Amino acid sequence: MPLDNTPENKRKFAVVGSRPLRPDGVDKVTGRAKFGADAVAPGMLIGRILRSPHAHARIRNIDTSKAEKLAGVKAVVTRDDFPDHSRGDRGLYDILYNVMAREKALYEGHAVAAVAAVSASVARQALKLIKVDYEILPHVTDVDEAIKPDAPILHPKLITEGVEPKPKKASNIARRYEFGHGDVEEGFRQADIIVERSFKTEATHQGYIEPHACLANVGPDGSGELWVCTQGHFMVRDTCANLLGINASQLRVTASEIGGGFGGKTTVFIEPVALALSRKANRPVKVVMTREEVFKASGPTASTSIDIKIGITKDGRIVAGDATLRYQGGAFPGSPAEFGGMSTFAAYDLPHVRAVSYDVVTNRPKQAAYRAPGAPMANFAVESVIEELAGKIGMEPIDFRIKNAAREGTRASYGPVYGPIGLEATLAAAKKHPHFKAPLGPNQGRGMACGFWFNFGGQTCVSLNVVADGTVTLSVGTPDIGGSRASMCLMAAEEFGIPYDKVRAIIADTSSLGYNDVTDGSRVTFATGMATILAVRDAIKKLCARAAQMWGIPEDAVTWEKGHARPAGANAGNFPPLSLKEIAAASGGTGGPIAGHTEYSADGAGVSFATHICDAEVDPETGATRVVRYTVLQDAGKAIHPEYVEGQFQGGATQGIGWALNEEYIYGKDGRLQNAGFLDYRIPVCSDLPMIDTVILEIPNPGHPYGVRGVGETSIVPPLAAIANAVSAAAGVRMTSLPMSPPKVLKAIEMAQG
Amino acid sequence: MSSIHVSTTINGDAVDYVCEPDETLLDVLRNRLGLTGAKEGCSTGDCGACSVTIDGRLTCSCLVLGAEAEGHEIGTIEGMADGEELHPLQRKFLEHAALQCGVCTPGFLVAAKALLEKNPSPSETEIRFGLAGNLCRCTGYDKIVRAVMAAADEMRSA
Repeated sequence: MPLDNTPENKRKFAVVGSRPLRPDGVDKVTGRAKFGADAVAPGMLIGRILRSPHAHARIRNIDTSKAEKLAGVKAVVTRDDFPDHSRGDRGLYDILYNVMAREKALYEGHAVAAVAAVSASVARQALKLIKVDYEILPHVTDVDEAIKPDAPILHPKLITEGVEPKPKKASNIARRYEFGHGDVEEGFRQADIIVERSFKTEATHQGYIEPHACLANVGPDGSGELWVCTQGHFMVRDTCANLLGINASQLRVTASEIGGGFGGKTTVFIEPVALALSRKANRPVKVVMTREEVFKASGPTASTSIDIKIGITKDGRIVAGDATLRYQGGAFPGSPAEFGGMSTFAAYDLPHVRAVSYDVVTNRPKQAAYRAPGAPMANFAVESVIEELAGKIGMEPIDFRIKNAAREGTRASYGPVYGPIGLEATLAAAKKHPHFKAPLGPNQGRGMACGFWFNFGGQTCVSLNVVADGTVTLSVGTPDIGGSRASMCLMAAEEFGIPYDKVRAIIADTSSLGYNDVTDGSRVTFATGMATILAVRDAIKKLCARAAQMWGIPEDAVTWEKGHARPAGANAGNFPPLSLKEIAAASGGTGGPIAGHTEYSADGAGVSFATHICDAEVDPETGATRVVRYTVLQDAGKAIHPEYVEGQFQGGATQGIGWALNEEYIYGKDGRLQNAGFLDYRIPVCSDLPMIDTVILEIPNPGHPYGVRGVGETSIVPPLAAIANAVSAAAGVRMTSLPMSPPKVLKAIEMAQG
Repeated sequence: MSSIHVSTTINGDAVDYVCEPDETLLDVLRNRLGLTGAKEGCSTGDCGACSVTIDGRLTCSCLVLGAEAEGHEIGTIEGMADGEELHPLQRKFLEHAALQCGVCTPGFLVAAKALLEKNPSPSETEIRFGLAGNLCRCTGYDKIVRAVMAAADEMRSA
């Protein structure tokens, strides 16, 4: 699709770039908006799930007879109710196994049985009556322990992929990836200074405030409806249909309002269980996770162990970068080792670069995507070493980064050659920002970091209807996780040339639209936006045809401009313009309703770069850190609704602050999670933070007509390193392990002081 | 378990309900009375998504039993707007884009209203500590704090 907005020829937008109120806003400030747990159905049962108390155990037997006899219990399901329909699809089998444990429970919190009962209290009692006979097995939860030769093996048939020759023995390493170019050994020979360091990061949870929730309402043949909070209801439909052996078209899935996801709601956990219970009971069944279940049984992100080696010349040119990254993603393959490896050195122009990453399984919950999956950890390691190297040659870290920054034409460390990208622009803007020169107080340090995310396009289907009163209804299939309906309405209004408030967007169910990929990869404003623009163009063609009919002239003699059909030129005839409203009002007599439609597989999602600056204050007596100033500078391509672009910048930075300073999954020796609640797993609260300053840069993405780049994920990539660099500067000691909790920082200060 | 009969006032209306002894006020509001504006984010009083007022005092409704509401006045998000007039806090939250997913928003609004009733001119720091019992994972709180400051300004000059 041609770009109408280029650096040389900036398009003047009528409504895109303005900050109108969001269409779903009033419902959300009055309590009317319906989230996952807010739905009810007549005759509804409450479903609850029994979970393994052991990190690793063979399930010898499950006796549900007493539970089934309890008054008010209407259905009980176990592994026997989930026959294997995966037909050799390993990924699907893993989802099935994660949804309901089979021969073994692989982590504390792994589902082993579920009940549906007339009330929550009956369901709770029934769970206590289910007797599971476990044979406890040795477990492993740490990534470095899991790859040792004598580690307990989770899957006896798991042979490492990506290694030649293929290993003969099972291990906990699911796959090895390698990315890069050049000759790393030769690069290090050219280096004057080499820094080599090892880093660790802990698993963190997406921490959405709304726990997973769904309401299944299906008959004994599996056909019916599912209401669910998810980032992708088409994915839920297809996955559940595949797991349960039913036709996808029999299941109509409606996405509720979604109370946060950040990647964590891009798979299924409770949905197949609710459907199986509903099918068995022949009644509607609602399942809502508790917060403890969210922590123990839905996806946190990976914990990692990373080794970085970077070599530079005395004049500050990076000549070689080498990384080994180990990501544990819980009990099944699929940690973000691949994206992590790909993104490791993405911000730099390197002649010799290599990143080797490993996908490792442990006795922890199966990880789920978390905002730029895999990138923040790798970035923490690389950007820490970059800052240290700049210090070693006495160069300003920002100048060091500018000197080595990737730019248009740079061959990325993961393969492609970059088109127009905004990294240098964010660095230049950072250097000019008042924050950069502001004086620091006692015990304060300043750090910075650059970060990158790929962004995604994907399959998208959009429909719109021009209503007889001149307004437009827009149906999209990507759940609105942070204001995307407002952005869609803005783009539709822009393209039609009508006011923003004449367009109303909804998230349509799976039976009303073609397949849409999940709301992920920062893809919605880019891909659904592009599909919306195309659907409008489709409708405009029809509007022009109707105008031609009304005027009695050929269709190609009509053009569309600012919400009106006009004769294309003097030869076409002299007719006053017809507004969208006038054409719509006449549509009943000119051929019936007018609609626009798109099916699309969007390519060309432009990568997005950001630079973050952080000032941290470290209390030398307690080791406690406070972020006192924070600035995000990021390329948005084109900000459709700047208010929500800023919101993405601020939200990502804040999740990064939590990851850097507080948040971690803490396991006991028994393999059980010690802090499965918001009191002990502490996400940032309002009083922890300063305002988060934002600067939106707009380097148009040639892959979108308005220049849009996804913005949602890049913002969580730089914070870990920016904060670590600030804390290291304030404390006078390099911090290499996250989170930088007070005891850890205090210990590092004491060690450094000898 | 035998059910308990409770007489209370919710958003100014007399309301009677029966509940089981182990049901929280949040369960009653959501499951028996259809007032689903208060959300369950944790059920341990850590996230504030279930915030209501009891006799004007900010409370996590997940930490109170339904039976304990007998004779008290409950305020929920559903009672915040005056007919079709949104409360200034509700308007300012929209104008400042102080919500993304919106699931924490009812709790924040109830908590912010309780804060401004106690302290009509809070400083930024006072707002930040006043709202520290409410978790938001989307916004980083920046726009929430600005919305509360703007609402406080407007309410003072009204």
